[in-house]
Amino acid sequence: MEFKFDQKKFSDEITSFKKMLIDKKDSPGPLMPALQQAQELFGYLPKEILGLISKELSIPLAEIYGVATFYSQFSFIPKGENRVSVCLGTACYVKGSQTLLEELEVQLNIKSGSTSLDQKFSLDSARCVGDCSIAPIVIVNDDVYAKVKKNEIAGILAKYK
Amino acid sequence: MMMTKEKLIEIKEKVKPDMIEKLLKEDRVEYRGADLVLKGEYFKKQVRIALKNCDIIEPTNIEEYIALDGYHALYKCLVEKQPVDVVEEITNSLLRGRGGAGFPTGRKWAEAHKYPADKKYIICNADEGDPGAFMDRSILEKDPHSVLEGMAIGGYAIGSDQGYIYVRAEYPMAVKRLQIAIAQAKEYGLLGDNIFGTGFNFDIEIRLGSGAFVCGEGTALMESIEGRRGMPRPKIHRTAHKGLWGRPTIINNVETLANIPVIIERGYEWFRGIGTEKSPGTKVFALVGKIENAGLVEVPMGMTLREIVFDIGGGAQNGKEFKAVQTGGPSGGCIPADLIDTPVDFESLGKIWSIMGSGGMVVMDEDTCMVDIAKFFLEFSVEESCGKCVPCREGTKRMHEILDRITKGEGVEGDIERLLELAETVSGTSLCGLGQTAPNPVITTIKYYRHEYEAHIRDKKCPAKSCKALIQYFITDSCIGCTRCAKACPVSCISGKVKERHVIDQDMCIKCGACYDACPVKPIKAVTIN
Repeated sequence: MEFKFDQKKFSDEITSFKKMLIDKKDSPGPLMPALQQAQELFGYLPKEILGLISKELSIPLAEIYGVATFYSQFSFIPKGENRVSVCLGTACYVKGSQTLLEELEVQLNIKSGSTSLDQKFSLDSARCVGDCSIAPIVIVNDDVYAKVKKNEIAGILAKYK
Repeated sequence: MMMTKEKLIEIKEKVKPDMIEKLLKEDRVEYRGADLVLKGEYFKKQVRIALKNCDIIEPTNIEEYIALDGYHALYKCLVEKQPVDVVEEITNSLLRGRGGAGFPTGRKWAEAHKYPADKKYIICNADEGDPGAFMDRSILEKDPHSVLEGMAIGGYAIGSDQGYIYVRAEYPMAVKRLQIAIAQAKEYGLLGDNIFGTGFNFDIEIRLGSGAFVCGEGTALMESIEGRRGMPRPKIHRTAHKGLWGRPTIINNVETLANIPVIIERGYEWFRGIGTEKSPGTKVFALVGKIENAGLVEVPMGMTLREIVFDIGGGAQNGKEFKAVQTGGPSGGCIPADLIDTPVDFESLGKIWSIMGSGGMVVMDEDTCMVDIAKFFLEFSVEESCGKCVPCREGTKRMHEILDRITKGEGVEGDIERLLELAETVSGTSLCGLGQTAPNPVITTIKYYRHEYEAHIRDKKCPAKSCKALIQYFITDSCIGCTRCAKACPVSCISGKVKERHVIDQDMCIKCGACYDACPVKPIKAVTIN
């Protein structure tokens, strides 16, 4: 399955991104901020953008690829319109967040770490988000759902459909 | 604007009275001696140094920080002290790194101070990644200026004009608060060029982590800032000698830095009067898991676990029996109930095979399976191992496989010994702290809960009734035949007529527990777990 990068749709972002690359070129250690910016602007790291970074910062594509694959926040596939993540930190885990993740996989019909074909939802597990006193936690986009029970999952998803 | 002592005092006198009046009116604070502290039973036994301003000041207003003596310590250092005096003050305070390992902060600073270089760096390690820990996040969000001030003081002490804060991207609020704080400090002349007119320049840049736990390790963190894969370096040189871009570098944890201004303000003798002889001061813990009052606690070093878990935390949740407390995250160990009177300091925790760690304290009750917990932490280490050195990359994986087998009821005789042998190799030969400490959760759970491992392996039973493969749901004759369990069952394997006892088809049951949750019979549910 191949997700296509729409260069036309993102033309403004690409221009401003290019400008940022030129600004950052001579500051120390520009690669990580560049990748983070790209991830933020485009939602993932399209091949075309990685090529642009390589050209502007004079860093071989292979090296960029090596760095980008190391960090879990970078993705090579687009995220869904609605990003669902379940905290699997210790506190949430002992309070049953694994079952919540499994329930979400069933209801969204996608595996954790992937995006639905219509790009409506993507599902991930998260490391501890630091809200352990209200465990277990499910996060959809910027909304945090506290002390979630399995039977509440369908209701939560319905809000975003 | 150029900041002066007069201006600091002017701001303090202008802002403080209204601020205190408002706080007292809201009934959130009270006086303890001359100090303003949060009110309530939960805070009575706490001594707050790193958290002293948290929930008291408005974090986005630098003037409220100044009103409670903020940036006075920086003034004191820059105007009244030589860098070497600052290093000496911190060395004398015996402050130890709060990120987990407890290395003396003064020794780091003295080392970086001593090497001449055209450029030196001070890095604040805010890559707080231990599951269950959120001390640093709270400080960054609620009192960001204390960290900035600590960094500026450190910069002055070692002769650095550039600081970096390496903070997790998962903490967007902390990043935002830091950005605001840095902008305000620059506006007030407390960061930037010629601070207090002394000619001392200091700037701070924020760098974001990208979801790699190993980047909390100092050398991996520097690799990441430099724009490479976050893999630890072999420790040929000390970071204080050759660190970021090969220059002398100090890496201090958020909580450590938040302690610095207070130590400068009140002096090292005051600081050493708190806590124990070898571990002076306080430590912040994130008390989480199956505990009645979850939250942040800051207590003097040397307080017993019992006081923290029971007197402050209120013991295990829902009247369950307290079983163990886990400190130090994936690098730490599980401390069983009978060692609850252990004092919490670097030495005492080391003696019982755990570590202080960054401050996560996860409470476990009778329903927690210790083999499963060991597996959980190992899984974390497997996933977060950077893959550079073989013992960590392969060893943790093999250990995880064995644990996985045991929790599935496929454990064989000799598994415990194999785990211990692997643990020894992994901890003895890994390159960095992640690998060296990754086996700790396994070692401690075997040491204190060997019988649970044996029950899994020999009897194919999970004493905590937590491992799915080893339990059976069963409906007893107290069933009232309400049919709720049958309706809740996702695989429709419960049969029975209305008002008659229901039966679970064990071959089809997927052990999801929905029937148990649905059963309304009181006080003991008709659905039991065997």
